[in-house]
Amino acid sequence: MKNGKEAALLGGATFVALLGAGFASDDLFRAHAWVLVFVLAASTIIMMRRMEVVPAGQVPVQKDTSGYMDDVIRYGVLATTFWGVVGLLVGVIIASQLAWPWLNIEPWFNFGRLRPLHTSAVIFAFGGNALICTSFYIVQRTCRARLFGGNTAWFVFWGYQLFIVMAATGYLLGITQSKEYAEPEWYVDIWLTVVWVAYLVVFLGTIVKRKEPHIYVANWFFLAFIITVAMLHLVNNLSMPVSLTGSKSYSAFAGVQDALTQWWYGHNAVGFFLTAGFLGMMYYFVPKQADRPIYSYRLSIVHFWSLIFLYIWAGPHHLHYTALPDWAQTLGMVFSIMLWMPSWGGMINGLMTLQGAWDKLRTDPVLRMFVISLAFYGMSTFEGPMMSIKTINSLSHYTDWTIGHVHSGALGWNGMITFGALYYLVPKLWNRERLYSLRLVNWHLWLATIGIVIYAAVMWVAGITQGLMWREYDDQGFLVNSFIETVSAIHPEYVMRMVGGLIYLIGALIMTYNIWRTIRGDVRDEVPMGGNLAVAPKIVAAE
Amino acid sequence: MALFDKHKKLEKNVSFLFIGSLLAVLVGGIVEIVPLFYVKNTIEKVEGMRPYTPLELAGRNVYVREGCYLCHSQMIRPFRDEVERYGHYSLAAESMYDHPFQWGSKRTGPDLARVGGRYSDEWHVQHLIHPQAVVPESIMPRYSFLKEADLKPDQFAGHLVANRRVGVPYDDAMIENAAADMRAQANPDADTSGLEERYAKISIRDFDGDPTRLTEMDALVAYLQMLGTLVDLEAYKQNENLR
Amino acid sequence: MDYTFMREFADSWGLIYLFLIFIGAVFFTFRPGSKEVADRIARIPFEEDRDDV
Repeated sequence: MKNGKEAALLGGATFVALLGAGFASDDLFRAHAWVLVFVLAASTIIMMRRMEVVPAGQVPVQKDTSGYMDDVIRYGVLATTFWGVVGLLVGVIIASQLAWPWLNIEPWFNFGRLRPLHTSAVIFAFGGNALICTSFYIVQRTCRARLFGGNTAWFVFWGYQLFIVMAATGYLLGITQSKEYAEPEWYVDIWLTVVWVAYLVVFLGTIVKRKEPHIYVANWFFLAFIITVAMLHLVNNLSMPVSLTGSKSYSAFAGVQDALTQWWYGHNAVGFFLTAGFLGMMYYFVPKQADRPIYSYRLSIVHFWSLIFLYIWAGPHHLHYTALPDWAQTLGMVFSIMLWMPSWGGMINGLMTLQGAWDKLRTDPVLRMFVISLAFYGMSTFEGPMMSIKTINSLSHYTDWTIGHVHSGALGWNGMITFGALYYLVPKLWNRERLYSLRLVNWHLWLATIGIVIYAAVMWVAGITQGLMWREYDDQGFLVNSFIETVSAIHPEYVMRMVGGLIYLIGALIMTYNIWRTIRGDVRDEVPMGGNLAVAPKIVAAE
Repeated sequence: MALFDKHKKLEKNVSFLFIGSLLAVLVGGIVEIVPLFYVKNTIEKVEGMRPYTPLELAGRNVYVREGCYLCHSQMIRPFRDEVERYGHYSLAAESMYDHPFQWGSKRTGPDLARVGGRYSDEWHVQHLIHPQAVVPESIMPRYSFLKEADLKPDQFAGHLVANRRVGVPYDDAMIENAAADMRAQANPDADTSGLEERYAKISIRDFDGDPTRLTEMDALVAYLQMLGTLVDLEAYKQNENLR
Repeated sequence: MDYTFMREFADSWGLIYLFLIFIGAVFFTFRPGSKEVADRIARIPFEEDRDDV
């Protein structure tokens, strides 16, 4: 009986969730359990409707399990697009709340509850789905093997979506352990651990059964990302629940140790989730889109080992001049500065891949997307080491400069390379000749770029304004500004930041439209890019 | 050459890749984090630190739940302007019972590490209900619902137990009296001798201006009013605690 | 194993040790003769359509 076991398991899980709601020891846990009951019950019904019973004596129709397993990747592409728009939208909302505080609606839609929703939606929902689906795509093609573990890949996909829904609803309810980018409480953390182990099994298993003797470097980056995120997640989320039917837990560490553990985690969420994993994407999609192998494969090996070794040390730069001992701050600063080298090594490796093919940029806006993402990667990995220098950090820390820096990396590097990957994948996965419109890709590219530039520039101005106003003295030796004056002073920048984010969101909506029309099989009748009249842009067409 | 031939095997071996990556990413964390747990001068010697009272801990949980740390730091850096604006720079010892820490990473609003005692209870209550009524240019959200949210003292002992399990020195008497202590701290008419004995430097009064109810507003204001007030900074010897 | 000892060890022998590993790794990666293999691996993404999964 097809899907029967799955439906039964989901039904059982629904019952357990119902027990959780019934025996909850606090109201928040009860509310969260009801969310879970609702989600699981809906999934059970959907699964039951997809059950197929084979009459006795008949041989059940076997699903074709040869070839690459691409269904789960198609779902991943759709989920990435969906969560991307959601995450960016919440970002625009909270940016508006900072400009116009009356937009806060207590208690569920206050800034303090929406902000983790924004960060988790863009990093884990958008970025995470992008990483899972591209890693599944790339590992199959570079190993020439079908995904290991049969339906385990589906478990990874749906299990991860459940994690996102539980995390997001938890934030709105006020369930958080207050560790930035690790806000979900203990039971959601345990669930993510289960899903992550399954992800590791699928990925490793596929590499083990590969037909290709060598392991392509993109898979190294993905593997390091999966292993390291598992390690970070397990250590940083160690905590003591008040009750096994309650939502609250207390971190296993306190004060200074907790702070460094958190920023060891937090910085390497950037280093491994948003860098190593996305470099895996870069090492596959840039060569494919440019149609030439990576500039130097041997450089990519040095890049890999030095990047993963150095990144882990950089966490203490989030704690400069705090109560963290000086020796740890110094170590963090030194390694952050050294990190500049492998980062730029990787960027140069990616960009030089276009050597001898720069003319393709004229006609291929998807390749432009990859190039501009590498440019933003280079920019933020220069700015980051600079900001980790203690004297500069003394000005930039606690200000919006940091927010601007994060967004030039997240919107510029992670966003753009993901958009490029989606534009690459959609025609291939749905067997379309090409994207619906390359001109719309170009619109998206420019809107996104303008949005980022506005965002980063005004946040830089806002941050330096704040930092200088906080430390401004008059000639009598008194502080010039009260705190609230430094808040009012950057109101125009907060408005402009919202505008920058909104422009970026509009670009993403154009992409969504383009992807939808491509999946439908439409092709827009348009003048080809680059004014090359006779030749239709074949670059993104399916090979 | 034999060595080079071996490398080909390594390039093809996923176990090597797995273990190699794991080792490479383990080193940094071990070298940086582990010493913090046993190098003695990581946490300064100070006088006055004590665990949170049940009411303060409940208030701290509200602070965490509402994401206050996203806009307010609790970590004063040793710069002239910060020390003049917020008070003595923060010590590691002051957050030694903080599970989790609340140092924060952004100052959209001011630092709160030493906000205790700077404003009246009434100011805090009005400010939390409607920040712009008190500070017109403020961009802080409203938290008026806290005044309507009743605390549940009878279920609170478990929170002290969980804290004790991760190392906070709550003794048996503290855990036994958690519910009574929570009620008593917000009720100036109660018998508070035991409470004062268990928790030094404690403020006992009705914090939210409504003596008939024990609310999350009571708890949050009690927490804010104790922030930064415990450690005796006069007695702190800076030169004996260089790190 | 106090702080001073670890500090001195880290900025002398520790530093030399890590630096030598780095030099060794770079030399090893870029050793003469590795280019051929590397170039072959670099072409892996272009062989996906060999239909023998």
